[in-house]
Amino acid sequence: MSAPPRRLRDRGTGMSMTVKTVMRWLKGPILLFGIYMVLYGHITPGGGFGGGVVIASAFVLITLAAGQKEGLRIFPLGMASRLDSAGLLLFLVIGWLGTWWAGGYFFENYIPTAETARFSLFSGGIIPLGNLVLGLKVASALFLVFTVLTAFHITDELLGETEVQQRQEDKS
Amino acid sequence: MIEVLALLILLTVIAAIITVLTSNLLHAVISVGAVGFLLAIVYLFLSAPDVAIVQIGVEVVSLVILIRATLGREVQKLKTVHAVVGVSFAVAFVAVIGLFGIQVFNAFPQFGIPVMQRFADAPSLVYLQSGLAETGAPNLVTAVLLDFRAWDTLGEATVLFCAALGAVAILRRNARINTDKNKEESS
Repeated sequence: MSAPPRRLRDRGTGMSMTVKTVMRWLKGPILLFGIYMVLYGHITPGGGFGGGVVIASAFVLITLAAGQKEGLRIFPLGMASRLDSAGLLLFLVIGWLGTWWAGGYFFENYIPTAETARFSLFSGGIIPLGNLVLGLKVASALFLVFTVLTAFHITDELLGETEVQQRQEDKS
Repeated sequence: MIEVLALLILLTVIAAIITVLTSNLLHAVISVGAVGFLLAIVYLFLSAPDVAIVQIGVEVVSLVILIRATLGREVQKLKTVHAVVGVSFAVAFVAVIGLFGIQVFNAFPQFGIPVMQRFADAPSLVYLQSGLAETGAPNLVTAVLLDFRAWDTLGEATVLFCAALGAVAILRRNARINTDKNKEESS
């Protein structure tokens, strides 16, 4: 049994010019805010999860406004899935270094913070590292799920007549 | 303060009820968004900006996904069947849950007072007192998430990984056919 022909529902045209112009202005600040939230998660509200979601939403905005093709050109699916896996793996490695390198327990904070370094970017030991890795992971995972869930649909005109008839029979 | 909170929660409940009762899928998606944003405001009032940020972010992204998935398909009007048996079952279920809920709320400490305050050396007290000194991170929420309770965060990350893996695994064949075969056909 051969698979029915399926195609991208979105032909890469995207939305109107107004939306595209606003997207061009907004994508940079949104991305920057997400990166800021990931990097400064141990000092200000935010962190890996929130920042990752904001970064993913920037790419979702690009995909919605400029079309599927443009979104996948900037953030290909293969890269997203690889970053997703690499993020989780690196997070495990960060935790495992606590037992192997520092000789303590899993997820031990083995990088000490000096008193003078407090409230600065390079403080908190493994916490900013974990934030960075988690932000990478969450951003790529959410974009991956968004693209996979919304991009590929079976539309009736692509299915062929027999399949459409079968589907209608199934429905009724 | 508590009145504003009560009003917000009331609006949230109303939006949730509209979500369930409306017959149009798009209206339901929009009311889900209202529920999410009202909850985010509730979190802000309870001075939890970390949770509010994640709530708004996830809400926006998931809402966009929902709208996109709904608008692409033919939007069908749901037929709501008000069967007597179903409604009575639902009412009985809600009554039982409500009774248990009231019992649980009676056992809770007063609103705004930390639960763990009643114990001598409770973990939350230790986190608050020695969190900055031990981890070096001023944001205690992140310190708890990635240092004291990093195991939980690992579990959370694994859940998200499995969700992405499941989505890709289920829809993978379509994607491959889409990218490879169509290129061959068109070229």
